[in-house]
Amino acid sequence: MEDEHRKRRRAKNLAMLAVLLALVALLYAITMVKMGA
Amino acid sequence: MSDATIRREAVMDAGTAGVRDYVELLKPRVMSLVTFSGLAGLIAAPGALHPVLAATAILCIAVAAGAAGAINMWYDRDIDAVMQRTRGRPIPEGRVAPGDALAFGVVLTLGAVVLMGLATNWAAAALLALASGFYIFVYTMWLKRRTPQNIVIGGAAGAFPPMIGWAAVTGDVGVASIALFLLIFMWTPPHFWALALFRNADYRKAGVPMLPVVAGERETKRQMLAYTVLLLPVALAPWFLGIAGTAYLVGASVLGPLFVVTAVRVWFDRTDRSAKQMFAFSILYLFLLFALLIADNMA
Repeated sequence: MEDEHRKRRRAKNLAMLAVLLALVALLYAITMVKMGA
Repeated sequence: MSDATIRREAVMDAGTAGVRDYVELLKPRVMSLVTFSGLAGLIAAPGALHPVLAATAILCIAVAAGAAGAINMWYDRDIDAVMQRTRGRPIPEGRVAPGDALAFGVVLTLGAVVLMGLATNWAAAALLALASGFYIFVYTMWLKRRTPQNIVIGGAAGAFPPMIGWAAVTGDVGVASIALFLLIFMWTPPHFWALALFRNADYRKAGVPMLPVVAGERETKRQMLAYTVLLLPVALAPWFLGIAGTAYLVGASVLGPLFVVTAVRVWFDRTDRSAKQMFAFSILYLFLLFALLIADNMA
């Protein structure tokens, strides 16, 4: 049970990391496009 | 609040929800059709948007639609627990705490609106905020439990995405984007009432005044038929307004009468079978129309 809980928490943390990294990359790309326009 | 509910919420405070539970909160199937209609509006709009900005606009529409779904699940958790169709959702099943679902929905909504404004323009962002607000406050909190016209007026929220996609490119709301709005607006009542017909007992049990519950099956079927007939000229409007080509015209000319036929079959059928078929066809109808609109504008 504890193991399962830890696994889920780890998956959630990794998902959050992926979302944040994707957001940073997206904001960078938007800035580049806007500056180039 | 029952003991069982309190126990579930106490367990959930321990943070047992998984990524899949949060994805489920976003109502992915509803989100996909909404996003597709937004894409159609974006592609049909005159002008061009950088691919990165266009992809961001579509992402924002998808995220905001999903977030509104999460907030809807938070607000409706009491009736979701009663209804057969929705009792397996993350909140009634105790997989996500209600407060977490609300926070998730609010953060995603705000993020999507701000990102839309930064990436495209603030007219599109304002429309996105309006659509989310309309769905949450007007439909979910105000109309859904009060009137059988809930999904007629509330359906406007789901009709916004093509207009948002259009505004993301042009920065304003054109007549043609209003035609796309009307297309979804007129499509929504027969689509939802087909579902309500075969889930009538569910809605009655939960006390949601859907039209079949309040006015009966006969009246619901009559109004469904009326809407599918009214939808015929509305669906042709994009061609007359010059944003769709021959493929769309042919598609709308075939699919529209077929939609009417499904409503006629529902009218004569005393079982749930034809209502289920009409519900499935209504999704295919809208998906195909927007697919043809996209194809015409890509050609």
